[in-house]
Amino acid sequence: MALVAERVTAERGGRRVLAAPDFRVEPGEAALVTGPNGAGKSTLLRVIAGLLSAATGRVTLEGAEAPGERAAYAGHLDAVKPQLSVRANLAFWARLHGGGDVEAALARFGLAEAAEEPAGWLSAGRRRRLGLARLLVTGRPLWLLDEPTVSLDAASAEAFAGLVAAHCAGGGIVVAVSHTPLALPAGPRIALAPPGRAEAEAADPFLAGAW
Amino acid sequence: MRALFLRDLVLAFRLGGGGPMAAAFFAMATLLLPIGIGGSPEALSRIAGGALWVSALLACLLSLDRLFQADWEDGSLDLILLAPPAPELAVLAKAAAHWLTTGAPLVILSPLLALTLSLDPAAYLTLILSLLVGTPALSLIGSIGAALTVGVRRGGLLLSLLVLPLYLPTLILGARAVERASTGLDPSAALLLSGAATLVALAAAPFAAAAALRVNLR
Repeated sequence: MALVAERVTAERGGRRVLAAPDFRVEPGEAALVTGPNGAGKSTLLRVIAGLLSAATGRVTLEGAEAPGERAAYAGHLDAVKPQLSVRANLAFWARLHGGGDVEAALARFGLAEAAEEPAGWLSAGRRRRLGLARLLVTGRPLWLLDEPTVSLDAASAEAFAGLVAAHCAGGGIVVAVSHTPLALPAGPRIALAPPGRAEAEAADPFLAGAW
Repeated sequence: MRALFLRDLVLAFRLGGGGPMAAAFFAMATLLLPIGIGGSPEALSRIAGGALWVSALLACLLSLDRLFQADWEDGSLDLILLAPPAPELAVLAKAAAHWLTTGAPLVILSPLLALTLSLDPAAYLTLILSLLVGTPALSLIGSIGAALTVGVRRGGLLLSLLVLPLYLPTLILGARAVERASTGLDPSAALLLSGAATLVALAAAPFAAAAALRVNLR
């Protein structure tokens, strides 16, 4: 059940924001998406998740049409409700996905001792860890990670890389966008370039050097 | 779907939740009327039904703009749409939680407030029934407006403009039922039609709102 992308492009308001090369990620592999700002890295993850429809081309999981139904997405926002406790936040996502092991996920992300605190009290790093812990309780095979290690300290980032490796070793697929070096398991490296550069520069005085 | 319903119930009563706010607004708006109009019981009892219904409608609108907006702002909405329950069911769960935390308290509070408007005693049962039957339509129709305006900064005003005209049938039928009961006429036709409007909203709103959410997140 490999993730396959063919001639994927995406548009926003008629302007092309993504032109991805074809790629294929086998189970057990982790793909790393690289490229400068505005290359469409986050857009690519949203297209894979089905949160954004591709203008041309398609992304499929072999055997299942829509990758979105198999995907756990960790975007820039952590989807944490500050009014609820750490455990209640995670328990909600677990129940919504038919029940994952909340306690194990809390322990894996070092949140067990903070489980009863309101999530609003968490520091940025622990908040991010709570957002990432959601990946475990969804029980989904395809992880889409958008800058997962932002605001994590070195030890946490290393621990998270270990979890990603374990997920891949269990036959999972990971597609990650990261600017910081992330020790990912083997997999394709997808280099994106900003599409329609000349067009974008004409429209954007900042890029055209007007300043 | 049940998880989403229960979470929204809990959130409505936590800090920043709209549950008690809507009920307090309903009480406040209704209590201002006797003060503004003056204490003449005849004048008040004539407008009681309509006044309670208009207050209920505004109170319901007050919390609607947070229905999807709060989840959109913290990224939850994307994940809810990716989760196993169909988006239509997610909308239904959220609308149900919204009704239970804003509509239902208004139903319970209404007899007390009707007292301050000197509503005819014969019309109390009809008032409660009309709100019970009509207010779910407010949450359901409101979910369409909330889905359309999700992601719009300060979309509350736009939401009101979109949704208030769609509330007209429910408002007219609800207020008419109370008016008929207070003048000794049979209110059942208006109540039944109001129920029909709610059923139409129940059938259409989840699909319309889910479609609006899909378009809005793309």
